Amino acid sequence: MKFFCNTTGGSPDYTGMGVEVRVNGLTKSFGQTPVWSEVSLTLPAGEISVLLGPSGTGKSVFLKTLVGLLPPDRGEIWIEDRDLTKLKERELYEVRKLFGVLFQDGALFGSMNIYDNVAFPLREHTKLKESQIKEIVSEKLDMVGLIGAETKLPGEISGGMRKRAGLARALVLNPQIVLFDEPDSGLDPVRTAYLNQLIVDLNQQLDATILIVTHDINTARTVPDNIGLIYHGHLAMFGPREMLLSSEEPVVRQFLNAQRIGPIGMTEEKDADELAAEAAAGVDLPPLPAIPLQLRPSNGQPRRAERAPGEWCRANGIVPPWGSFQ
Amino acid sequence: MRTVGEFLIFCGHAIRACFKRPWQIREFIDQAWFISSVSIAPAALVSIPFGAVIALQLGSLVRQLGAQSFTGAASVLAVVREAGPIVTALVIAGAGGSAICADLGARKIREELDAMRVLGIDPIQRLVVPRVVASMLVAVLLNGVVSVVGVAGGYFFNVVLQGGTPGAYLASFQALGQLPDLVSGEIKAMVFGLVAALVATYLGMNAKGGPKGVGDAVNQSVVITFMLLFALNFIMTAIYFQVIPQKGS
Ligand SMILES: Nc1ncnc2c1ncn2[C@@H]1O[C@H](COP(=O)(O)OP(=O)(O)OP(=O)(O)O)[C@@H](O)[C@H]1O
Ligand SMILES: [Mg+2]
Repeated sequence: MKFFCNTTGGSPDYTGMGVEVRVNGLTKSFGQTPVWSEVSLTLPAGEISVLLGPSGTGKSVFLKTLVGLLPPDRGEIWIEDRDLTKLKERELYEVRKLFGVLFQDGALFGSMNIYDNVAFPLREHTKLKESQIKEIVSEKLDMVGLIGAETKLPGEISGGMRKRAGLARALVLNPQIVLFDEPDSGLDPVRTAYLNQLIVDLNQQLDATILIVTHDINTARTVPDNIGLIYHGHLAMFGPREMLLSSEEPVVRQFLNAQRIGPIGMTEEKDADELAAEAAAGVDLPPLPAIPLQLRPSNGQPRRAERAPGEWCRANGIVPPWGSFQ
Repeated sequence: MRTVGEFLIFCGHAIRACFKRPWQIREFIDQAWFISSVSIAPAALVSIPFGAVIALQLGSLVRQLGAQSFTGAASVLAVVREAGPIVTALVIAGAGGSAICADLGARKIREELDAMRVLGIDPIQRLVVPRVVASMLVAVLLNGVVSVVGVAGGYFFNVVLQGGTPGAYLASFQALGQLPDLVSGEIKAMVFGLVAALVATYLGMNAKGGPKGVGDAVNQSVVITFMLLFALNFIMTAIYFQVIPQKGS
């Protein structure tokens, strides 16, 4: 597998098992405005997790806090044996080398062409020769389907291409943890499908721990091993995909099934009156839709973190909605 | 008040980063070139009328007082000591600073700065330091340009248009002017370049809320830099008169 060659010039040993991220009691506010509080979750090593939530609930802020770009008010972020919130600036820059982050719009450097953007981390952090750099950059660009666009400037390509170039750059140092901020926003359904497949294949090949922030219900339902939902300033639920997709918890149910009926309103949460009115009107919640099969790697081989469909439901005595896993 | 504190911390960070390797030579050269390209033409254009106005004003005033022999000296002193640094300040804040601030602001809202930090690069060392050093260098050069152009403009008006004698102009210059005048002008210019670049980079890196936020940051940066530079100019002039003994007094 070509991904396994150590391209970082002897730095982190490839262990073959992503890195676990443990978040404990994390709380963040901007001045007087709280964003979320007491968020605790564990991104299991080598698994794909998705973080959902209504607009403006602080999902992007959460990602930025995870890489130490924003300091939390309290709480801990454990990566291996280090608490990221206690690190000094210099140590933080070290730990960040474990991360690859895809920002919402790709965040390419506007003054460099696509090739130089992707080569940038290699030129900064390795002593590779230009010929070796060229090899790795071409490989990554090939992976995201951008061969031929090397000499274009970020301003000259479409949003989807910028995103894919940003992904190539995020992956060039073989990160152990990859964070995606809305990889599917602004992409057409076909590109979204390709990108989701790419994420699953990446997880198979790199065994990286992956966290995806998204609004796309289809992505959330089919791609991850775990789902989390941020709502009303806290983490409403986090757990295995099947647990959330079969959950009767009103918020989780409403959001994962994109329904209007439930506690989430247009602006934020509905108030008690509205909810009471809904209940009085006797609106029946539509039945839970079937749980779809999880997206599998394109080469047909299993991922390390993969579990059999319905395994969680069986182990926890939950009967999945009719028609699930077909 | 909090912003002032944060700004001072930022300055500390930036100045420490100046001495950290690896130095960003390429970025420095690019930036020096870029800042000069936006500021040299306006500086030259502003300093010609500046020198001329000073020469005109002084020319008639000095004639009334019957001290023609000092016209040259007076106008040169005015240009080198005062007009030079002020024109430099105007141009560095208005042209150089605003360009720097807009550039960094755009990078901030495109999340380039966050991306850089995640890739393990400190944007202060990578982007701020080369801009600050380039701005200082260009300010010093600008001050030189402004002084030369201003003095030449004064000479032209005084000697050619008002019929003064070249000899008197140059001789009086010898009598009152001294090297520290030029040195102090250059030191002032360097400080202006430093302050303008620090304010511009700080505000650019902290722009928020989309393209409008960048516009606001640029606007703020020009206004704040103007005020700071004029205050600094006053303070440094006061110190200069305390420290350097003046000729003929
Ligand atoms: N640097 C900042 N300073 C102050 N407030 C901020 C900052 N960044 C984000 N916020 C605020 O925090 C809240 C959460 O923002 P965030 O961008 O994380 O939302 P989000 O969940 O990613 O939304 P979306 O799904 O629309 O992208 C918003 O109200 C936003 O205004
Ligand atoms: Mg967001």
